[in-house]
Amino acid sequence: MTAATVDGSPAAAPEQKPKLVAFFDRIDAYNNLLLPVLAIVSALIVGAFIIGLTDIDRLKEGDIGGILTTIKDAYVALPTGALGSLRGISETIVSATPLILAGLCFAVAARSGLFNIGATGQMFAGGMASVWVGFTMDGPGIVQVPLALLAGIVAGGLWGGIVGLLKARTGAHEVITTIMTNYIAGLLTLWLLKTEAFQQPGKDNPVSKTVSDKGRLPELFFWSDDPSLRAHWGFLVALAGAVFMWWLFERSKIGFELRTFGSNADAARYAGMKPATLTTLAMFIAGGLAGLGGATQIIGTQGYATESFAGSIGFDAIAVALLGRNKPVGIVFAAFLFGILEAGGRKMQLETDIPLDVVLVLRALIVLFIAAPALTRLIWRLKSEGSTSVLQFRGWGA
Amino acid sequence: MSTTTPAGTTATTDATTVVGTPLTFEEKRHARNLGIAYIVLAGITMIFLTGHSGTATFNLDAGRSFGLPAQPLAWFVAASLAVVAGIQLWRGFGKWTNVVLAMASLLIFMSFLAWAAAGREFSFIGMLASAVTFSTPLIFGACAGIMCERSGVVNIAIEGLLLNGAFTSAFVGSLASGWPGMGPKSGFWVGVLAAMITSALFAWLLAWLAIRFKVDQVIVGFFINFFVLGLTSFLSSRVLTENPDYNDTPTLGAWKIPLLERIPVLGQILFRQTVFVYGAYVLVVVFTWFLFRTKWGLRTRAVGEHPRAADTLGVNVLRLRYRNVIMAGAIAGFGGAWWTATLGRFNENITNGRGFIALAVVIVGRWHPVGALSAALLFGLFDSVADKLSLLNTGLPSEFIKMTPYLMTIVVVAGFVGRSRGPKAAGQPYESQ
Repeated sequence: MTAATVDGSPAAAPEQKPKLVAFFDRIDAYNNLLLPVLAIVSALIVGAFIIGLTDIDRLKEGDIGGILTTIKDAYVALPTGALGSLRGISETIVSATPLILAGLCFAVAARSGLFNIGATGQMFAGGMASVWVGFTMDGPGIVQVPLALLAGIVAGGLWGGIVGLLKARTGAHEVITTIMTNYIAGLLTLWLLKTEAFQQPGKDNPVSKTVSDKGRLPELFFWSDDPSLRAHWGFLVALAGAVFMWWLFERSKIGFELRTFGSNADAARYAGMKPATLTTLAMFIAGGLAGLGGATQIIGTQGYATESFAGSIGFDAIAVALLGRNKPVGIVFAAFLFGILEAGGRKMQLETDIPLDVVLVLRALIVLFIAAPALTRLIWRLKSEGSTSVLQFRGWGA
Repeated sequence: MSTTTPAGTTATTDATTVVGTPLTFEEKRHARNLGIAYIVLAGITMIFLTGHSGTATFNLDAGRSFGLPAQPLAWFVAASLAVVAGIQLWRGFGKWTNVVLAMASLLIFMSFLAWAAAGREFSFIGMLASAVTFSTPLIFGACAGIMCERSGVVNIAIEGLLLNGAFTSAFVGSLASGWPGMGPKSGFWVGVLAAMITSALFAWLLAWLAIRFKVDQVIVGFFINFFVLGLTSFLSSRVLTENPDYNDTPTLGAWKIPLLERIPVLGQILFRQTVFVYGAYVLVVVFTWFLFRTKWGLRTRAVGEHPRAADTLGVNVLRLRYRNVIMAGAIAGFGGAWWTATLGRFNENITNGRGFIALAVVIVGRWHPVGALSAALLFGLFDSVADKLSLLNTGLPSEFIKMTPYLMTIVVVAGFVGRSRGPKAAGQPYESQ
């Protein structure tokens, strides 16, 4: 191969463009900015209809003005609740932190051609490992915190790696195996939390021992002594995770192989890459990121483990990754948006009596409009432009 | 033998003496793994020698019962497993492999039950009857999944379709019972009809997005699960909690089938159930017949395996896919109503992942309705065993019993018991030329 063909455009020097246009071209503004924004707007519009049509009392009275006010109040409460105060921002960060890491987990697997639904289980594995380090060790924080995070990465990575290994060795489809490993991890967690080694003495419910104060991630807003500001350094860990993913896929050889394998498994095989190794490795890295997310949840947000500390984060993260188009920067922004919905949703619930569950609906709709760019284009009468790299996973056979 | 012989072409002569046809390397490895699995299982059975002793009494119907001594049974099972493992490693069982595996599993299961219930009484028949009950929504969900996947559309959305069925049947069923000329019973069936229609609509959405917009089918299915979960939770906290009248349907009692219900043992397990259970069995029979004996079935299978070929022969691929996915939605909606019929109300996320289990049932059942029925019964059995054993207080954490079906699914999907292969074109959008 010569340099010219690798470069892809051997002919004609690129024409000069205004700086701003060139910038938007480079980040592919159409696919990475316009479509996500339109998807969010579309979701909010559909969400408004759902809120309005379920306001049965007002509908019976024909009070359209009242319904519109409720919708307006709800959509005002969302951003103000999340960003209007330092406490709101802190809560947004708390929600966004595990979403970033779990979203990266999904994205790493997705760009390697794997549909990893297993973030929940991998978070459980990572979180339980880190809580164990957290309450058994009693060293200085500078040793204990990194060790707990590392334990989270390794445990989550191994839990994900099993799935990768199964896929590589036997062809077991990861969608099925990750769903199953999620349940298994959940049940194992529940069981562990009832064992003497983990359960908090004197408690009947499944709650783990508490991580020592030195083993907790430091507060993010350390200058304030308001205890309600829960945001912690896990956020920085999550950002570091995003940088790691960028480095992995843009700068490292392994990342290049993973990407090649993800977009064309046959090509990767002919180029001498080892699909079995790559599959296992991709799932290990993905699981490690989710495990790290579980660890930040434990030694950052909660301080102890419960049977549901992974909550629905693993599933929400899939939406985050899709919205962020499986790119690290996109995922950070998407996780923030979801954090805003979560933190703002709680305020909305207080102020307007609209249940927090509407946030779930909005998230699902955002996923829909992101995953179906053709549908979004149809609604907004846009012309097709550029690559619409819709994700495509392999069927049961592959 | 297969462990020592190098996997070359010269090894065929001794390896073929039993089976008759040459074994591939894959099959040999398979046979060896199975042998090792038997040894492991024999080891696990030895655990049943510890702890409890005494005779377990299993109650059947009408005062009949039978007893199993826990420890002698465990010795017997462990010993026979060791023998089976030896034979498996030495020469294999040929065409009897699966039968032997089934027998061995049954022995282990009985030994386990005897160990758990040693020295006490255990309602054996009650366990089997509730296994049948628990498996019902799985059968509906799995049949919906098979119908989609056989025609080439991967359906991850079974969970969402079931959940929608449960919500709609509870909500509309409660509403309709207040309509003029309607009682709670007829209102319930109106609710079931509404559940079928709305789930069919969601299935249509799945088909529309997957076929018209070629969105990845796993993502669409994921979206529908996500959306239905959000919507039903939202509606239930916004509408149902404020109006409890909208979430109150009658539970469906057992409908005893005359004569058949008097068959000893089987009668109580199979023929004193709700209409949903009978519906599931009728569905499996009818669906199997249609899938393998009619023109529709042939076309469906063709479209799932090789849409191009079917298209060339004049089958309208996309229309058939639309139609099948929508029908599957209606089936899943009916299956979702099972929760309403059983509990008489809707709770948030009431299906709790049963739809994903149904997906596993599809695969474990190898995309065949009868296979799915057996797999669903097995999953139902584990559910009911976990349920009943929590009453016995065996010291064995119920989490591990609940875990078994999930582990088993992985074992099956990973092909340790035999490769499970799906329709070839499942998941791929089709573009006619």
